[in-house]
Amino acid sequence: MTIPLIIYRSLRQHALSTLVTAASIALATGLLMTVWMVRAQSQRAFLETSTSFDGVLAARGSELQIVLNAIFHMESSPGNILDADYERIKKHPAVKAAIPVATGDNYKGWRIVGTVPELFTDAEHTSGTKFTIAQGKVFLPGAHSREALAGSFAAAQLGLSVGSVFRPSHGLAHAPDHEHDEEYRVAGILAPTNTPADRVIWIPLDGARHMAGHAESSRSELSAVLVRLRAPSAGFALDQYYNKQGGRLTFAYPTSAIIADFFNKIGWFDRVLALVAFVVVLVAAGSVLASIYASMSTRQRDIAILRALGARRGTVFGGVVLESMVIGALGAACGFVVYFVLMTGAAELIREQTGVVISVAAWHAVLVWCPLGMIALGALGGIIPAVKAYRVPVAETLSPLS
Amino acid sequence: MRDGGPATRIRRTPMLTVRNLTKSFTTPEGAKVRVIDVADFHLDPGGQIALRGESGSGKTTFLHLIAGILRPNSGVITIDGVEMTAPGESRRDALRAAKIGYIFQAFNLLQGHTVLENVLLGMSFAPGGADGVRARAMLDRVGLSHRLQHFPRELSTGQQQRVAVARALANRPKLVIADEPTGNLDNRNTAGALDLMKDTCRECGAALLLVSHDDATLARFDNVRDFTEINRMDNASRTPWGQPRKPGEAPSRTVE
Repeated sequence: MTIPLIIYRSLRQHALSTLVTAASIALATGLLMTVWMVRAQSQRAFLETSTSFDGVLAARGSELQIVLNAIFHMESSPGNILDADYERIKKHPAVKAAIPVATGDNYKGWRIVGTVPELFTDAEHTSGTKFTIAQGKVFLPGAHSREALAGSFAAAQLGLSVGSVFRPSHGLAHAPDHEHDEEYRVAGILAPTNTPADRVIWIPLDGARHMAGHAESSRSELSAVLVRLRAPSAGFALDQYYNKQGGRLTFAYPTSAIIADFFNKIGWFDRVLALVAFVVVLVAAGSVLASIYASMSTRQRDIAILRALGARRGTVFGGVVLESMVIGALGAACGFVVYFVLMTGAAELIREQTGVVISVAAWHAVLVWCPLGMIALGALGGIIPAVKAYRVPVAETLSPLS
Repeated sequence: MRDGGPATRIRRTPMLTVRNLTKSFTTPEGAKVRVIDVADFHLDPGGQIALRGESGSGKTTFLHLIAGILRPNSGVITIDGVEMTAPGESRRDALRAAKIGYIFQAFNLLQGHTVLENVLLGMSFAPGGADGVRARAMLDRVGLSHRLQHFPRELSTGQQQRVAVARALANRPKLVIADEPTGNLDNRNTAGALDLMKDTCRECGAALLLVSHDDATLARFDNVRDFTEINRMDNASRTPWGQPRKPGEAPSRTVE
């Protein structure tokens, strides 16, 4: 009762410095937790999505580019492959499922991808989870089908619903003068998958290839084939076959390793962010030290009075350390507010840019060790002022020499 | 317990006994100056005594030694049968918290705490701990029951002094030490404050040891002694902050 009262009154007495210090700790805590969570969550989300297929067959090019284009619907395709390539890999004994995709059209900047209905009935968007249709149905396949299946995010952003009609444009970026003549009708809307597939409007593969304006030769061409293997190890044979022989095709495999490698390559960015966050944390710990230390000269008399009332040296030492821990705890608690604000913004940004959804409410150990660490840092920052409190000369302070 | 020597055994065990107490300070120049040299001083339970002492006579140091805030170079102080001068600072802190109430000239109220909290903190470090009922009763006794939630700065000097009295007595001390308690009060408040102090000490069964240089204050006590008679220092070395004698000229035993 006594120590909490003394700490409470002391925090009140130095309210401004308490607030400023707690705010700087809140910023540091929120920033550090956000950086950590965005990194952990986006890696997890990307890796989960990448494992929906074991490999991607595409024209000779960068494996990363191939995976980003075919699975994450970013970047462009390195080139086209032939129907024959698709037929061949589909019949390979190691291949469990092969889904062809054709990219290269958009509607108001949202990608239109041609594929086969099996993607939505047989394949998985994340490892272990299949697509579900929220409204309507999957488009009818065939060269003359003018039906589309919209990803949930694209549908919401474009205001598409079952029955809506739209006209695709050629290319990956929105360009009104490249509009195709064909009109497509939305046959169904996919349930959210929290993957980049939510940002895509899917149409029948043959329809995509037969759109007026596309080259005649491209009617027997594809952008890529998404491959699911019977056993993951079987991919090495395909890897050997496509990548080590001939120069026309690339089998990007395994997708998860390619994405993991990508994250390793951009790891320096993470490290810079983490470094910045850690510097902010150190500054915050320093601010605890500075604010309490600065008020020590005015506290000296109060400490001497408490000592005269019978408080032990250890009690006043512990009181000061505890007070700075409380400042750390206050800051850490407010840090969660900062965290939720930053994280919501970051999640929205990542979703808009990639379609990958990271959860603000997700659990990670950083949410425990970061606030605890800030409280510990607060205690650490309180030690030097506490030593000063410990050493307050009671007699001299109470009866100044005159 | 160390024995102070062939001391006179008193019929009644004194509340406070001081024997062969010495305390020296080192001046900034490095010279050792003895400020306190008290051979024998005692105060009976519930007794009230006023010591006349000019500033610089070492009286505050003497009170600090009794309260265990300072340690003597030699000698024994016992309070209520317990030796204050025995080793162990936290032991002295606990003893001070349990047995002593201290009233300062500057009152030394905690400015960040309310009146009630100040009184509660007067008992917080004692074995019984803070007792809200007792604190309120003490503040009621000194006539401040309507100022419980006020802060010291919102009170008049006289009221602050009364808070200091309530705080000093809150822990049911055996001994109340008052160091120039009326120094910041005007004449009108002085008499009232002294009567309050004397009465409440008597009601609580606490002995009162007061030091002052003010004749009006001393006049209100039956038992007044000159501190210079108790403290065997001559004028030239009576303050560590004044002009000390050179070590070689020190009048008596050098300490340690």
